[in-house]
Amino acid sequence: MNFDGLFSNFGELTTTGLTQGAIYALVALGYTLVYGVLRLINFAHSEVFIAGAFAALWTWNGFGLDQNSQVSGVGSIMFYLLVAVIAAAIASAGTATVIERVAYRPLRKRNAPPLAFLITAIGASIAISEAFGVYTRRLPQGAPGLVNTKPLFEIAGVPIDAVQLLTVGAALVMMVALDLFINRSRLGRGVRAVAQDANTAALMGVNKDRIIMLVFIAGGSMAGVAGLLYDVKIGTLTYSVGFLLGLKAFTAAVLGGIGNLRGALVGGLMLGVVENYASGLFGSQWKDFAAFAVLVVLLMFRPTGLLGESLGRARA
Amino acid sequence: MRQKLARVIGGAAMLALVAGGTACSSSGGDSASGGDKCGNKIAFFGALTGSSAALGINENNGVKLAVDKYNKENADCKVELVPLDSQGSPDQAPGLAQKAIDDPKILGIVGPAYSGESEAADPLFSEAGLVHITASATRPSLSQQGWKTFFRAVGNDFSQGPAAGTYIKDVIKADRVYVIDDQSAYGAGLADEVKKVLGGAVVGSDKVQGEGKQTEFSGVVTKVKAANVKAIFYGGYYQEAGLIRKQLTAAGVTAPLVAGDGVNDKAYIDSAGAAAAEGTILTCPCQPASEARGTFKEEYKALNGTDPGTYSDTAYDAANILLAGIKAGKTDRAGLLDFVKNYSGEGVAANYKFVEGGELDPAQVKVWAFKVQGGQVVPDQEIKKS
Repeated sequence: MNFDGLFSNFGELTTTGLTQGAIYALVALGYTLVYGVLRLINFAHSEVFIAGAFAALWTWNGFGLDQNSQVSGVGSIMFYLLVAVIAAAIASAGTATVIERVAYRPLRKRNAPPLAFLITAIGASIAISEAFGVYTRRLPQGAPGLVNTKPLFEIAGVPIDAVQLLTVGAALVMMVALDLFINRSRLGRGVRAVAQDANTAALMGVNKDRIIMLVFIAGGSMAGVAGLLYDVKIGTLTYSVGFLLGLKAFTAAVLGGIGNLRGALVGGLMLGVVENYASGLFGSQWKDFAAFAVLVVLLMFRPTGLLGESLGRARA
Repeated sequence: MRQKLARVIGGAAMLALVAGGTACSSSGGDSASGGDKCGNKIAFFGALTGSSAALGINENNGVKLAVDKYNKENADCKVELVPLDSQGSPDQAPGLAQKAIDDPKILGIVGPAYSGESEAADPLFSEAGLVHITASATRPSLSQQGWKTFFRAVGNDFSQGPAAGTYIKDVIKADRVYVIDDQSAYGAGLADEVKKVLGGAVVGSDKVQGEGKQTEFSGVVTKVKAANVKAIFYGGYYQEAGLIRKQLTAAGVTAPLVAGDGVNDKAYIDSAGAAAAEGTILTCPCQPASEARGTFKEEYKALNGTDPGTYSDTAYDAANILLAGIKAGKTDRAGLLDFVKNYSGEGVAANYKFVEGGELDPAQVKVWAFKVQGGQVVPDQEIKKS
């Protein structure tokens, strides 16, 4: 164990961990939303994320930017980010919608057992991931260096750069927006109603299929934003990265309490930080071990996750 | 799904074989020693799909060129190339090896391309007496297992690891070095050799996950940054190397990355970006494909539409050794194995002669340093043996 490695780099391990955690959190939202409403683990969500990440990358490519391009000027950087985020959100939400229409809805109409959903989810995930793999010839694709990674300022000796600010900031904003939407808006009330009791909600005039579609679109858009942030932060995209990231995000969702939106954020950030601390303390080969050990221990004491499940619970 | 597909392809290949066999016998069929002289096959064994496929595709294209040329010269008695796609996975290797062994027309194999899959597949080949020449599996222990059919057309890590260490010490003159590996047989093996050469100059080391299992390296990047090193060695493959380089550069680490042949690929530069990849040193127990003799480069490009990559020329040579045997009438497995064992000749990448355990004659092993310059991997210098 290398305590020195952990403590002397504590600040930096924390900030970089939070950045990665923010991406986990955004993807985790999709798992949590769908689970909260449908009691279904949408394993194809990792490919919803990948679709967004590729859409953002290809949008930049469409503007003639490749991995070697350097863009300067705040205006044009903002423009490229904005266009890419729209493309990513549309691609991800579209992919999520297609998955729901093709893989889940027909099964739901026939009252298929939960196991059937699990298999179609995995099937859809593999099919989409392989399609991207074949199309990209399974080669890594580099993203342009849009956001400068030079430190902007320091907090207590820890340098903070624009990518970190952007990633964490975007995750927080998306999170708050989604939370407001679910808890304040009329459609959000429909989501909560279906989550609590789908049949009763239907009797009250809530269109269940529309709500489910909405949930997939909302979760998909979050994953799209995560895809863009992933491109900006990691800088390279391979068709297969969704699987592990999806698994981590799912873990984050469970860690925070699946079905709980704020839990997804807490779980994501915590997972990112724990991974980095483990990497500093034991060496990077232990980071997944540590992350999952934390999950297991935590679930022993809090089986419903840190914040518990909330979407399906009636508010007091 | 993939298995089913493979079975369908296998079936098609079988049909083609039957058809080819009939065509051959109807055209007179001169049977030589051992099996049928015509309708023979050689296989390429390596990753053609999956996350580490770029190297396998390089090699397969080299083999393709060798077979293509052979078939043009021997149009009446062609040899067929069977690509066996292992995806670089040791789990798939034994099944695939058995498939090759079960096809009596496959006389020899170029591959397996990686060390991990070699360990899984080579015992089966040895048992079946099916000769195979690898163009890129550089793990030293492969030649020490007593496998009778193993041949290696390049030097092993014991030649590459010390050379990388020597380069860091003598050319970069770095007194503070960070060593990272991906915990694979290949990567960890290389890193250990480098550590041995550098000794106290290694101020820190860390292990990451290979095979695309890790994309986020902020933990190790933070440690490298804090260690304030002059050079970083990475033992592993291009996929992670590209990400590590990009993230190191983003964090402000400018020390050059030195890595083995597993990183020597265009995909590394594509993923890191040319600016971050600039100055990366890549070692290879091979000589540059651009230094290949004769018209190899032009012919390769004409057939495959791309420039030859790492080990394209070595795989081409390996295939040519097998084809030379078939041409010489060694059309059964025992005969071809014997032919390769006693082979001595010149290829486009090196001269070939195999010694104990199937290793390439050490006198023929060259280790080169390549440098990433302006988005291209260009030959830097041959690393002198220390």
